[in-house]
Amino acid sequence: MSDKITKEEILRICNVQPKKCMKCGKCSGTCPAYDEMDYHPHQFVYMVEHGQIEKLMASQSIYKCLSCFACLERCPRNVEPAKLIEAVRLAVIRQQGKNHMTENDVPALLDEELPQQAIVSSMRKYKK
Amino acid sequence: MTYSYFPGCTLKNKAKDLDRYGRLSAAALGVELEEIEEWQCCGAVYPQASDEIATRLSSVRALNAAKEKGQPLLTLCSACHHVIKRVNHDLATNADIRTKVNNYLELDTPYQGETKVLHYLEMLRDEVGFDTLKKAVKNPMKGTKIAAYYGCLLLRPSGVMSFDDPENPSIIEDFIRAIGAEPVIYSQRNECCGGYMAMEDKGAAQDRVEKIHDSARKAGAELIITACPLCMYNLDVNGKENKLPVKYFTELLYRALGLEEAKDNV
Ligand code: SF4
Ligand code: SF4
Repeated sequence: MSDKITKEEILRICNVQPKKCMKCGKCSGTCPAYDEMDYHPHQFVYMVEHGQIEKLMASQSIYKCLSCFACLERCPRNVEPAKLIEAVRLAVIRQQGKNHMTENDVPALLDEELPQQAIVSSMRKYKK
Repeated sequence: MTYSYFPGCTLKNKAKDLDRYGRLSAAALGVELEEIEEWQCCGAVYPQASDEIATRLSSVRALNAAKEKGQPLLTLCSACHHVIKRVNHDLATNADIRTKVNNYLELDTPYQGETKVLHYLEMLRDEVGFDTLKKAVKNPMKGTKIAAYYGCLLLRPSGVMSFDDPENPSIIEDFIRAIGAEPVIYSQRNECCGGYMAMEDKGAAQDRVEKIHDSARKAGAELIITACPLCMYNLDVNGKENKLPVKYFTELLYRALGLEEAKDNV
């Protein structure tokens, strides 16, 4: 199924222009989730541009991105890598049966203090 | 000044203190907060995809309710603020989103991003004024060294949030000065705490949190303050044994205004 997702579809979802990237690496350099990622923000930009969507869709990075917008704020070319990563994640979870997390997973991850905000955001980020 | 107040889901549950101290302090400062009727959860994450409409609707309903009352919308939770402010910007600037949202909501008058969205801290800075606040302080926290923790959601993307300088913010430090304490500047104050990883990857969240505590400690801080319930949770629960105490800024405001004593004297 994932082979049907094209570069054009990803770019339609997020409205990003990867061509603007000047490959400075600042987005990855500033990313607080860098160590947890297999593909890094600058690679998302390059790989989407070159149509390597399948690899990105299989990547764990889409669940590691913190949506902290550091890459987006600090990119000197206003490429907005965070949006690209979100678009790839959406392309995955919008497929039938591809939720990364559902309500059923939540009880096992709860603790006494966990704020609602954490649960609501997981459901927004990881499930359709 | 009267505001349409959007507390959000977390302030009704795990972050009751952020809300309660915020409301009591606002009342003491002569600021009226009218809770929006039947507000719905903002979703906690801003939908970055331009083709997501349903996830924007609860914000627009709240924004439109404020518009109908002719009031600015006031937020307190960093995540609510982030989501509502950005959705408002979409409605003001993105014709496609505006059309689709309005087609769906069928309001009497289409909503076009008219409502002004303010965070509680911006209200203190821009409406009350830190000088006025300083004069209202009864219990200045003299000599206490406090680290302002901004995190990500209030500051970025700066072009939309227009909250403060994203790399060298000063609003919380100015707040700290106004309540008589001493702000400390440290490098991690505007870096993400990894809160969104806290559910699935505790180890990674703990590493991020330790970096923040370590950076604040080395700068001499005795205490960290935040406006975000998720940062609060993460910095506390995922901190090591030598972590600094973490408080909501509204709790310090409440104490500095002498409201605790006032309550005890009733
Ligand atoms: S938004 Fe995601 S990719 Fe960008 S810096 Fe933050 S964690 Fe990294
Ligand atoms: S920071 Fe911007 S320009 Fe630099 S590599 Fe990342 S996306 Fe490209």
